[in-house]
Amino acid sequence: MPWSKIKADCNEPDFYTESNNTGRRITYPEAIREGVKQALALDDKVFVMGQGVDDPSGMFGTTRGLQKEFGPKRVFDTPLAETALTGIAVGAALGNMRPVYFHNRPDFLLLAMDQLVNHAAKWYYMFGGTVNVPIVLWTCIGRGWGSAAQHSQALQGLFFHVPGLKLIMPCTCFDAKGLMLSAIKDKNPVLIIDHRFNFKQKGMVPEHMYTVPIGKGIIRRSGKDVTVVAVSHLVTDAFYAAQELAEQGIDVELIDPRTLRPLDEALILESVSKTGRLVIADTGWKTGGVTAEISAVVVEKAFSFLKAPIERVACPDVPTPAGHTLEEAFYIGKADIKDAVFKTINYNR
Amino acid sequence: MHGIPEKKKKEIFYTMLRIRRVQERIESLYLQDEMKTPVHLYIGQEAVAVGICSVLEKDDYISSNHRSHGHYLAKGGDLKAMIAELHCKKDGCSKGYGGSMHLVDTSVGHMGSSSIVGGGIPIGTGLALAIKMKGTRQVSVVFFGDGAADEGVLYESFNFAMLKELPVIYVLENNQWSVCSHISARQADENIFHHASRDLLLAMKIDGNNVTSVYEAAFQAVKRVRQGLGPSFIECETYRILGHAGCKTQDPKGYRDQKEVETWKKKCPVKSFQKILLQENMLTPNDLAAMEKQIETEIDNAFTFAKKSPLPARENLYKNLFCE
Repeated sequence: MPWSKIKADCNEPDFYTESNNTGRRITYPEAIREGVKQALALDDKVFVMGQGVDDPSGMFGTTRGLQKEFGPKRVFDTPLAETALTGIAVGAALGNMRPVYFHNRPDFLLLAMDQLVNHAAKWYYMFGGTVNVPIVLWTCIGRGWGSAAQHSQALQGLFFHVPGLKLIMPCTCFDAKGLMLSAIKDKNPVLIIDHRFNFKQKGMVPEHMYTVPIGKGIIRRSGKDVTVVAVSHLVTDAFYAAQELAEQGIDVELIDPRTLRPLDEALILESVSKTGRLVIADTGWKTGGVTAEISAVVVEKAFSFLKAPIERVACPDVPTPAGHTLEEAFYIGKADIKDAVFKTINYNR
Repeated sequence: MHGIPEKKKKEIFYTMLRIRRVQERIESLYLQDEMKTPVHLYIGQEAVAVGICSVLEKDDYISSNHRSHGHYLAKGGDLKAMIAELHCKKDGCSKGYGGSMHLVDTSVGHMGSSSIVGGGIPIGTGLALAIKMKGTRQVSVVFFGDGAADEGVLYESFNFAMLKELPVIYVLENNQWSVCSHISARQADENIFHHASRDLLLAMKIDGNNVTSVYEAAFQAVKRVRQGLGPSFIECETYRILGHAGCKTQDPKGYRDQKEVETWKKKCPVKSFQKILLQENMLTPNDLAAMEKQIETEIDNAFTFAKKSPLPARENLYKNLFCE
């Protein structure tokens, strides 16, 4: 697996999760798989579709073996027809089923935009609340090994823009399972955008079924000097950055929003009102993206608490290059987050 | 299959006549600007919706498009709720959130119409997937126009329906025109979608202005679906008498030959079926007069209901974004 050369298997950082260290330490894809498997076992209406969900690697391990266990009627491969298949998932949901549609890359979701944005996200509102569309779309951002411009896009900013669509970006094994189960239980279209870097981690996950509420963020580390809001695998990077900053006497409060829409604004605003300084880190592009929106929310609602300009850590506004020297220049991580924290701390009016 | 059963003929005619009169009423009142929503009228195509839906049961599904009124009424959708929706009122079928292009009546298997051309095609296919997974005897019918037949999603959906032998019937209403673009400017071949093997897809091309032909085709397709033999495709050749949207005077001049319109007006599906029923003595002039009166009263009542209904409250702007 090429990604193993980019990021080695490891344990999640020792930050706060709601697992309370119960359960077993399992891998990230195993956590997702366990959630999907439990939903399939619990409810006959749940089914899994997507190109390659039945192949030996099973969508990076998230669907491995599920077809054997639940049969080809409930776990099935699909044609490479993202528009129609997304619409078919919408129709199946209208027919009282609960489809979970796996896409291996967000880049291909652009082919499904019509059904996702024009249909799934509109249906409940457009028909005055008479019909709802409970579908889950799952996808995983690629990174590294020259994945390049069309296999590594972090497109959450596009989907974040769309009312009627719930948008989840987890980063711990505990949340990956709990949010998957919440998404399947939800009565609305839910998009889960995952990241390949999360897949290298192991974390504590209880064996029983549980849900993590959609729309609730979590404080991974409490601190008093600066708030860092980080998205997806950048939560891990930000945590290590915070540990190193602590050695230099800077106390970071780290927030993992987990859900982008609905966004847990209250959690972010409360933290900023305490620290007065904010760094936002997202895997997507800077312009018109997640960091831009969260910045706007904070400026609108907590302006008087800000002691320094908001710092944004996001990917530069260019397509992802393939060559590794360019890739290194393109991607952001721990060092960028640290630099941004220093900048906001050292700001002088 | 030998035509429409005697006992169904009158009802089918009534439904066609009712759709026509409803469309005419909307057309005549449209410039008063009380229906503030783009209407796409169904005049000239009534035989398609009615011929198909008269073979369906109440719990069978239909998926519809922007030209949605005929499908909705033929499937048994509530007229008052439709007219109220055209006035964007609170008692509309979509509570005033949808307008003319977004009708819904789940009590009769109408799960909502999409105005994105071709948008309903995969959704109807997905409803068929749900039917197959649940193991019920239902059928899913997808109505779409020749404009939607230009969209790639049609091919994707046909393929999936054939692959999974889904209980779906695709009904192409070829009314020749997509807004002001003729089908000859958009399609490479007249029969481009009729080449699949009959085992995979039962494909038929019929006179969509002849309700008996439509009924017979639908009967055959529904029978095949209920036997679990998979999808069908019925192309109904018909014609859009009015313009793409709005009333008669809003149809731009010069994109089509008026003689073409006149030729198709002579093939009126309602009048030709009426003529047959009168000849067969299935219908008397008195019956016809009684029907007209009943329909007129019903339409009057629907418009009164719509006008009395309040507009949706401003404070409900954020309501119905997410289902709790």
